[in-house]
Amino acid sequence: MHIELQNIHKSFGTVHANAGISLEIREGTIQGLLGENGAGKTTLAKILSGYQRMDSGNILIDHKPVSFGSPAEAIRAGIGMLHQDALDIPALDVLDNFMLGSDTSLFLSPRQAKLKLLDLCQRFGFALDPNTSVNKLTVGERQQLEIVRLLALGVRVMILDEPTTGISSPQKVLLFRTLHRLASEGISIIFVSHKLDEIEQLCSEVTVLRQGTVAGSVQSPFSTSELVMLMFGQQFSVSPRPGITLGEPLLELDDAAVSSYRLNVAHMNLSVRAGEVIGLAGLEGSGQQMLMRACAGITPLAHGKISIHNHDLTNRPYQEFLQLGVSFVPAARLEEGLLPGMTLKEHFALLNGSEFVINWRQAEEIAQRQISEYNVVGTPDTLVQSLSGGNQQRALLAMLRPELRLLILEHPTRGLDIGSSRWIWEHLLKRREQGTAILFTSTDLDELVEYSDRIVVFSSGIMSAPVDARQVSSESLGYMIGGKST
Amino acid sequence: MAESLVVQTLASVVAASSPLVFAGIGETISEKVGVTNLSLDGSIMLAAMTGFALASLSGSVWVGIVGAMVVGALIALIIAVSNISLRQDQVAVGFVLTLLCADLSSFIGKPFVRIPGPSMAHMPIPGLVQIPILGPIFFNHDMLVYLSYVAIALTSILFKHTQPGLKLRAVGERPEAAFARGINVNRCRYLYTMLGGALVGLAGATYSLSVKLGWSYRHTAGFGWIALAIVIFGGWNPLRVAFGAYLFGALGSLASILQPSFPNVPTQVFQAAPFALMILTLLLVNAEFIERLPLYMPKFGNALQRILQGKPPAGLGKRFESD
Repeated sequence: MHIELQNIHKSFGTVHANAGISLEIREGTIQGLLGENGAGKTTLAKILSGYQRMDSGNILIDHKPVSFGSPAEAIRAGIGMLHQDALDIPALDVLDNFMLGSDTSLFLSPRQAKLKLLDLCQRFGFALDPNTSVNKLTVGERQQLEIVRLLALGVRVMILDEPTTGISSPQKVLLFRTLHRLASEGISIIFVSHKLDEIEQLCSEVTVLRQGTVAGSVQSPFSTSELVMLMFGQQFSVSPRPGITLGEPLLELDDAAVSSYRLNVAHMNLSVRAGEVIGLAGLEGSGQQMLMRACAGITPLAHGKISIHNHDLTNRPYQEFLQLGVSFVPAARLEEGLLPGMTLKEHFALLNGSEFVINWRQAEEIAQRQISEYNVVGTPDTLVQSLSGGNQQRALLAMLRPELRLLILEHPTRGLDIGSSRWIWEHLLKRREQGTAILFTSTDLDELVEYSDRIVVFSSGIMSAPVDARQVSSESLGYMIGGKST
Repeated sequence: MAESLVVQTLASVVAASSPLVFAGIGETISEKVGVTNLSLDGSIMLAAMTGFALASLSGSVWVGIVGAMVVGALIALIIAVSNISLRQDQVAVGFVLTLLCADLSSFIGKPFVRIPGPSMAHMPIPGLVQIPILGPIFFNHDMLVYLSYVAIALTSILFKHTQPGLKLRAVGERPEAAFARGINVNRCRYLYTMLGGALVGLAGATYSLSVKLGWSYRHTAGFGWIALAIVIFGGWNPLRVAFGAYLFGALGSLASILQPSFPNVPTQVFQAAPFALMILTLLLVNAEFIERLPLYMPKFGNALQRILQGKPPAGLGKRFESD
C-alpha cells in the first residue's frame, strides 16, 4: 500500500501542531518519523490513523484520496496505530481485548479467536496467555497484543508511536525483529520516535519534523549529526564530566530489605557520599523502585538499617526524611508528582505549607521566577496537566527545595527529547556540585553510563555490588541487567 | 411441616426480591457502559405509580408494565442527554431527578392512593412446579418473577458471550480504546442507559403489580438506594447482583421471622441488620487480601479472586469526546 500525505494542517487553539506536512510512505518499508517532543509527530500519526481530523490537506492511498472520520474507518482502509500508551482495556483479559470489535456476529467465538491469537503469537515469538487480565501484562506485552490484534484485522500499514518507551531490552529486540519481518511481508511501518539510535538501527528512510513542519527527509545510512541538525537546528556537544570531590558518606544502607507481595529485595548494602551520582539499572520491577522508595522514606524496611546524614531513619516517618533534605521525584509525573487540576502558582503556594492565609502575590512571584529560571513553557496560571512532559519534569525540579542532601529520581528523562534531557541533567549536575547526592533509575543504558559515578544493577530482586561507571560500557551493562555476566 | 414453612419462606423471598433483581440488573447494565443512573429511588417510585395507574385505567397489567418501562427509559434518557450531550454532572442530575420523580409520583398518583386495582395473575409453571423443593420455591409465582430470571440469564449471556456485550464493557472501561476499535461510544451509552432504565421501570411495576400491591404515598421509598448498593455489592456482575438482591430479601425475611423470638432486641436492629451485613461484605470484597489470594492458594486462588473481586468499570462517569 502506498500512502501519500499532502500539505496536512492541524491546529489546537493557537498551537499549529502540523503546519503543512507532506510525506510519502512506500509499501514494505520502515519509515522513521523523527522529531523532538512537540514537533507534531503524534498529531500526524493520529490524523493518518483516523484519530484526529485534519484541518486541511489530503491523504492518498494508492493515489486515491481518502478521508477518515474514525479509527475504525482507517482500519478498514488498512491503517492501524499503536499508541504510545497502549489503547487497550486493562480490565478485560487478553482474549477479550483481541476479540473486541473484530467481528460483527452476535455471539463471540472465543475458541476460534484463541487459535488465531496463539497462531499469530507463535509466528512472532510472543508469549501471551489469552486468559490473563491485561492489567497484569508488561508494557511490552500489551504492545505485542496490539500488534497481533491489528494484524488480525488485516492492516497493511502500522504506525507505532514511541514504541520503545517503557519496554525491556529483550522486548525491544523482539519488537525490531517483528517490524523487520512485517516489512518483508509487505506491510509498511511508520516508526515514530525521538530516539536517534533506534531510528538509525531500524529505518530505511526517515522524515524529520520540527515545529510542525518537515525539516527534511534522509535515506539510510544516516549521519547522526545531520539528523540532530535537522531535529534541533543546532548541534550538541558532549559535556565532559566535571571532576568532583566527593564529600562525606551521606546515605548508608546496612543489610536493608524491602518486601512487597510481588517481590522481596534483601541484603542491600550501599554507601553514598555527598555529590555522588548512583545509577540504578535493571529491568522494570527488579527492585530498583523499592530501593528508591525505601530511601525516600515512603516504603518501610522489612529488615536492616537506613541512615541519612548520620541519623538513623530506620522505619521513621516520611516527614523526617523530608526534614533531613531527602526528595523524591517519581516517574509518574501527573499521578504522583503533580496535582492535575491545579495551576503552577497553586503548586508553589502549596510548598509554603506553614502559612495559614496564602500570600497569593508572593506565590505568583515565586512561580514566575521559577518558571523563567527553569524554562517552563507556561504561566503561573497554567494547569499542570496541560504542560508537555518535558515542562512537567522541569516544573517538578523547580519545586524542589534549594538545599537538598539526597535527590532520588525515577526515570528523570523518560519520554523527553535530547534537548530537554540535556537541560535536566545540566541542572542535576549543578545540584551535585553543591553536594547533593543523586540516586536515579533509567532504562537508557547510555544515560546510566554517562551520568553515574557508580552503577548498581538489579536483577529479580537481587542488588549487585556497585560498579564504577567508568569501567563499564552500555553493552556490558546490558549483559549485567540480563543476568548474563557478573 | 417445618420443611414446607422453609419452602414457603424461600418462595416469598424469591418473589419479594424480584423488583430488586430488575433494578439491580438495570443499574448494572447502565454502569457497565459507564453511566451512573443515580435516580433509581425516584425512578422506581414514579414507574410503580405509572404502572399501577395505567393498569387500573386500562384494566390490563401489561399496559401498566410497558408504561412503567417507558417511564424508566425516559428518565434514563434525561440522564443520558444531560451527561453525554449536555456534559452535566451525573451525581447532581441523578439526585435532582430522584427528588423530582418522587414528588411527581405523589402528585400525579394522588387519585390512585389505596384504591383496589389489578395485579399479576398467579401462574405456576406446569411441570416445573412439580420438582420437589425447587419447584414451589422458583416456579410457583407470576409472570414478572419469571421475567426476572430471564433478565438475569440474558444479561449474563450478553456480557460474557456476545460481541455487543463485549463492546458495552469496553465502552464502560475505556471509551477511548473502544472508539479506536470502531465502537460508537455515545450511541452505545444512550442505548444501554435506556435499556437499564427500562429495567428499573420494570422494577417499579413489579412492586405495584406483584410484590407490594397498589399505590400509596412514597410506596417504594428506599428500595432504589438498596438497589444501588447491591450493584456495588455484586461487583457489577449480573449473577452476583442477583445473588445480592436475593440475599437482601432473605435477610429481611429472616429479620421478620427472628424478631418474635427475641422480644428484648429492638426491632430496628433487625431492620438495620441487612444493611450492616452489606457494609461488611463490601469491606471484604475490596480487601487487599483478595489481591494476594493467588499467592496463598496457587491452585484456586486465581479463580476465587475472579469470583470475589469487584472493580467498578474504570470509565464510570468518564465523559467521552472524540476529536
